[in-house]
Amino acid sequence: MPFIPHTPEDVSTMLAAIGAASIEDLFDEIPPALKTGKLKDVPDGLPEMAVTRLMQERASADGFWSNFIGAGVYEHHIPAAIWQITTRGEFYSAYTPYQAEASQGTLQLIYEYQTMMTRLTGLDVSNASLYDGASALAEAVLMAVRAHKTSRRVLVPKTVHPIYRKVVLTTVKNQGIELVELDYDPTTGQTLLPADPGAFAGLVIPQPSFFGVLEDVHVMTDWAHAYGALAIGLVNPTTLAVLEAPGKWGTKGADIAVGEGQPLGAPMASGGPYFGFMCCRQEFVRQMPGRIVGRTVDLDGKPGFSLTLQAREQHIRRSKATSNICTNQGLVVTAATQYMALLGPQGLAKVASASHANTVALADKLTVIPGVMRAFAAPYFHEVVLKLTDNAKDVLRALQAQGILGGLDISGWYPELGQAILVCVTETKTAADLDHYAQQLERILSKRREAPPCAYKN
Amino acid sequence: MLIFDHSRPGRTATSQLPAAGGSLDDLPAALRRKAAPALPEVSELDVVRHYTRLSQKNFSIDTQFYPLGSCTMKYNPRACNSLAMLPQFLARHPASPDETGQGFLASMFELQEMLKDVTGMAGVSMAPMAGAHGEFAGVAMIRAYHDARGDTARREIIVPDAAHGTNPATATMCGYTVKEIPTDSTGAVNLEALRAAVGPQTAGLMLTNPSTLGVFEKTITDIQKIVHDAGGLLYYDGANLNAILGKVRPGDMGFDVIHMNLHKTFSTPHGGGGPGAGPVGVSQRLLPFMPIPLVLNDNGLYRLATETDLPQSIGRLSANMGNAGVLMRAYVYARLLGGEGMHRVAEYATLNANYLMAKLREAGFDLAFPERRASHEFIVTLKKLKDVTGVSAMDFAKRLLDYGYHAPTTYFPMLVPECLLIEPTETESRETLDGFVEAMKTIKHEAETNPELVKGAPYSLPVRRLDDVKAARELDLAYPVAESMPPRV
Repeated sequence: MPFIPHTPEDVSTMLAAIGAASIEDLFDEIPPALKTGKLKDVPDGLPEMAVTRLMQERASADGFWSNFIGAGVYEHHIPAAIWQITTRGEFYSAYTPYQAEASQGTLQLIYEYQTMMTRLTGLDVSNASLYDGASALAEAVLMAVRAHKTSRRVLVPKTVHPIYRKVVLTTVKNQGIELVELDYDPTTGQTLLPADPGAFAGLVIPQPSFFGVLEDVHVMTDWAHAYGALAIGLVNPTTLAVLEAPGKWGTKGADIAVGEGQPLGAPMASGGPYFGFMCCRQEFVRQMPGRIVGRTVDLDGKPGFSLTLQAREQHIRRSKATSNICTNQGLVVTAATQYMALLGPQGLAKVASASHANTVALADKLTVIPGVMRAFAAPYFHEVVLKLTDNAKDVLRALQAQGILGGLDISGWYPELGQAILVCVTETKTAADLDHYAQQLERILSKRREAPPCAYKN
Repeated sequence: MLIFDHSRPGRTATSQLPAAGGSLDDLPAALRRKAAPALPEVSELDVVRHYTRLSQKNFSIDTQFYPLGSCTMKYNPRACNSLAMLPQFLARHPASPDETGQGFLASMFELQEMLKDVTGMAGVSMAPMAGAHGEFAGVAMIRAYHDARGDTARREIIVPDAAHGTNPATATMCGYTVKEIPTDSTGAVNLEALRAAVGPQTAGLMLTNPSTLGVFEKTITDIQKIVHDAGGLLYYDGANLNAILGKVRPGDMGFDVIHMNLHKTFSTPHGGGGPGAGPVGVSQRLLPFMPIPLVLNDNGLYRLATETDLPQSIGRLSANMGNAGVLMRAYVYARLLGGEGMHRVAEYATLNANYLMAKLREAGFDLAFPERRASHEFIVTLKKLKDVTGVSAMDFAKRLLDYGYHAPTTYFPMLVPECLLIEPTETESRETLDGFVEAMKTIKHEAETNPELVKGAPYSLPVRRLDDVKAARELDLAYPVAESMPPRV
């Protein structure tokens, strides 16, 4: 039996000790009518060798692609060391560090992670992580409402990832919280601040935005504070190596910073696991959801680490907890902490600047092709929206036939942009990769101009 | 020593840096960072050695018996990890077209179908990223169901007092109020209290079965009828699904919505506190409300369902497809086990728990529910020992660490004083269980003869007992820059 070590002799000895005649007797408290027959949709078990073969075949079928999609998930190089260490059994198969003395490895690592995140974001405190960037934003919205006390409205620009906005809505809609969309300037792509916003608890400030556009974070932060609301930065951690830290935005700095931790060493892996990070100013620490690790001392006065501020959490406060969350994405944070240590300030800045330079280089190559233009005039970082005169879906499909995933079609989410794609380049792409993309796009577009769509094959 | 203490200005893991940086001159100066973040400046060996050494300060399943009740700390097969981490799977961007991920999506679809079968539910969505996330999705579906029928007076969720804290916290997040009902002396839901609690305000009941007290709710059929007759829905908290996997299905017990903890029952790693995966299963009437994405099979093409497919969905819970890599590990586990293996999970988990319970009873330990069968876990209460010796369940737990065993869950459920909730799981051998019993006996003897020894434990770990009060009062949540090497700007 897979992973069950019992010999027949063990079973009979154990049943004798229990005083039961058979294993089935141990289930005599379950009403017989409810017992399960044979499972019909679960195939027979396979040896590891056969499952290996199956999974390798499936992996090969999925193959490798030249990827230019970003949209919140970024293809960065992941140092070999970090997942080898992360999947050591002592990290991989440990539980939540409730027994602090037997979990100092995990606890110290989280404390180091929290420290690194506060230094990246320029804020005072960090939690031990949340599920992902979108759910972290949802928790930030709830936190702003708790902290504000009077208003239950939060302003969310349309330049925030459309799926993030949906996740926020799913999470907060049953708590009487109103989400107000803010429009963007069609020329610059930057968020427009309304003249008369009414009372609100928080403003979400994406930097860079979903469009890759740089928002005027200083003005937005000060504007939120002028209305007595919290400023919530939604940031990409890689870019914080070179872009101003949320804690330094405007006169007083943002109050909360959240975002997707995936760029820090987590593989894209069809969507996860990643982690959401959340940092805030000291004054809001008791409103923060999720686990937090603190440094303290043991009986002998030796430094050590333990989970702290647990009075906020569900296992103590039950229905009055700050959130129902009772996990962090521990293993991914284990990888991210090593990633930040390995890259350091220089490395992370170089990853950010190389990614940006590659994006600029590709945008320059693509926008000289007839029928391709930049959607927005404002400065962008590491990701750019391109408008096409041709059908975005068809063009992307034609690129896919050449092994290129050329970007994300965002025309459905933003019909006002016409045919538009969001294109991202990271440090992993070479000049040859960029040339290949540009050549293929040029070839595809010119071919499509010459031939009517119905006659067009690749 | 922290990683920051190894930092020296100008040191880098050179081979991890991209060959060329790039110009940032096109960016407005006001938006650029003025001072570099004070991340560590260390070599690759510094990082590898530091974190390898940190890992050695952890207890884990791979190194210790870990009988942590309600957490199902069973062996995490290595193949589940290596096959989920095949390079093509890792390299796939989540927004890639469905055609580029048919291998991945086929695995997800098959896992969905297997989970349906083993739980007896009509539909499964694997979008939630943890048990509590699944709970949220489940209760949000209960609310969406009632609201869609215009039945908006139902605003109360009933929760037994023994429930996990996530249950009431989840109900609050869904805009519901919570009504607690008591448990009787045998650890069962008090049916009279339940009858008195239900009414036109009842949205549903959240129930863990076997309960957090380690016993099966024998009257589940009556419970089901009371809640349904009152117009409420029945929520199954899958925390203890390992106890019944392959023996009895939540769907057959009459549950309308369930969540599973794949990091427990399907042996994906706990990872020091996550990531988990908390798929939800639903009965027929909740199918339209399932969270997206879920995986559809369109005549052989696997694809992710969207808002168009499920217009009444409660919506999205994550930016992508949940904790996809965790789900891949669960899929591999399910294929290794197969149907027969799944039937065996609950059997051997229950055999181990009842054996351990019998041996501890024989050794003189008090059981919380001596007249009941253990499910996959059971409760020992040390109240008498504490009254006599002053040694608490916490002291006992800490002393177990010295003997190389991770402690059982302590002080949960809160109904039982000085309790240890013990869950051995099916993957542990008889010898391991016997060794644990010996350690328990030794500590009991120590408590009776030299209580101060036990109260001062642990002695052999990297640190002794920590000052949690200081941790909460004098918050130190990040290493001050001044304590570490000054960063180079």
